Amino acid sequence: MAEQKEPVTGIKSPVYLHYRFTAGKAPTRFLTRLKEGVLTGQRCPRCSNVYIPPRGSCPACGVATEEEVTLGNKATVQSFTIVSIPIPGNIIEPPYVVANLVLDGANIAFIHLLSECVNEEIHIGQRVQAVWKPSEEWDYAMDNILYFKPLDEPDVPVDQIGHIPISGWRS
Amino acid sequence: MRDIAVVAFSQSICVADAGAVNEVELIMPQLQAVYDQLGLASAQDVDFVCSGSCDYLQGAAFAFVAGVDALGAVPPIRESHVEMDAAWALYESMLKIRMGHADSALIYGFSKSSPGELPIVLSQRLDPYYLAPLWLDIVSLAALQARMLLDRGLVSEREMAEVVVRSRRNAMANPQAQLAGEVSVEALLAEPAFVAPLRRTDCCPVSDGAAAMVIATVEQAQAWGKPYALITGIDHRIENHNPCLRDLTDSVSTRQAAEAAGVAGGAVDIAEIHAPFSHQEILLQRALGLGGDTVINPSGGVLAGNLMMASGLARVGEVFRRIVAGEARRGVAHATSGPCLQHNLVAVLEGV
Repeated sequence: MAEQKEPVTGIKSPVYLHYRFTAGKAPTRFLTRLKEGVLTGQRCPRCSNVYIPPRGSCPACGVATEEEVTLGNKATVQSFTIVSIPIPGNIIEPPYVVANLVLDGANIAFIHLLSECVNEEIHIGQRVQAVWKPSEEWDYAMDNILYFKPLDEPDVPVDQIGHIPISGWRS
Repeated sequence: MRDIAVVAFSQSICVADAGAVNEVELIMPQLQAVYDQLGLASAQDVDFVCSGSCDYLQGAAFAFVAGVDALGAVPPIRESHVEMDAAWALYESMLKIRMGHADSALIYGFSKSSPGELPIVLSQRLDPYYLAPLWLDIVSLAALQARMLLDRGLVSEREMAEVVVRSRRNAMANPQAQLAGEVSVEALLAEPAFVAPLRRTDCCPVSDGAAAMVIATVEQAQAWGKPYALITGIDHRIENHNPCLRDLTDSVSTRQAAEAAGVAGGAVDIAEIHAPFSHQEILLQRALGLGGDTVINPSGGVLAGNLMMASGLARVGEVFRRIVAGEARRGVAHATSGPCLQHNLVAVLEGV
């Protein structure tokens, strides 16, 4: 009988591939404005939903989105979680808050961090505002916004989240 | 068995670099074009959707999922994907219809291959264990095959150049082509070697873009009231992944798929052959059993424009277009995948 060999558990294979990535027409417009400190979305010509960040299509209707909508810095909490465990590779110290936020004037949430808040008091419908990095540090990146912080404004009823005009929330 | 017809097809103009557009932005105009051909509003108007693409081309895991953004999947749709050329998405869609799970299907293939180094991306994708440490690329593998064919006298460099001349000439009538024009065999043979014995002109270009097709039962096609072509046969066969275990001077899988698809069951007016390298077109023409009466690659084939992951589907689309236009009564479409023609699909289309 042949001698039992140690199992081969790995080989070295020099696999690296280089790509010249392009974001696409719609994401490029979004990222260019983001670097200027402005959040923008795109409106679907069929269902009128405003998407941020835009990808150039309305994924619900399957049609191209062209109209650009300048959005503000205020948003509403649609959902949130308090992360109490460290995530490998993540430099943020737990516990911290990750939230689905809907910007005023947008209909679809995006995900960002909440801070400058009492974690236990975060709730759905809460009003929050973006806290930007110093402008000299702005890049083509969502972390131009460090986090969102609570605003002293009345809560938004759940059924009205995602239906607030760009001009803001008035209860 | 339910008869299935191709009822709509559209493809991008082949360009080497589509610039600052993403995949969804490449797909949407082609989907819109096939909707317009049939008077459909969206993917909600077909029973099944299947796409073909390759995440390695984009360099992002599960990149194909983003393609669904082009469809309008609210409310949810029945959708599937193959990590292959969309010709195999056509095959999967035909199975769905044959099984009675759908009466119509939208098929699309897409890629933006310009951001990466395609020859090495394709070989790294398919063999990460044995060939990857050698950095063997897909053009070198094809060159090994061409060398065998030349050395055994099965193909000559002049015949290879004649394939390129015909491709470029036919492509002059194809508004979607990337490479077209009158070139001479002598001028091509005077070109220096690229990856010997291949010259650059023996190799397909790489194109960014997308293609879309709608197939349906004959009853559904008639309900839409548009001209259609029947898919009377389709089959695909795969060979071993190790090129050294295969006879690279023949394409046994193509030969078997052609027999199963019924290519020899009647006269073949036109054939669109997915041959990324000139010597492969000669090899495939023999494996398909096509004689001098068949017009080969009237579109120019992939040597004139090569939408990665959509070129195979586009071969079927080109045959469909010509049958519907009355230029042919019966045609053969072929798609390939993998190094040195590892995996081959053959479809037979007929007019009604």
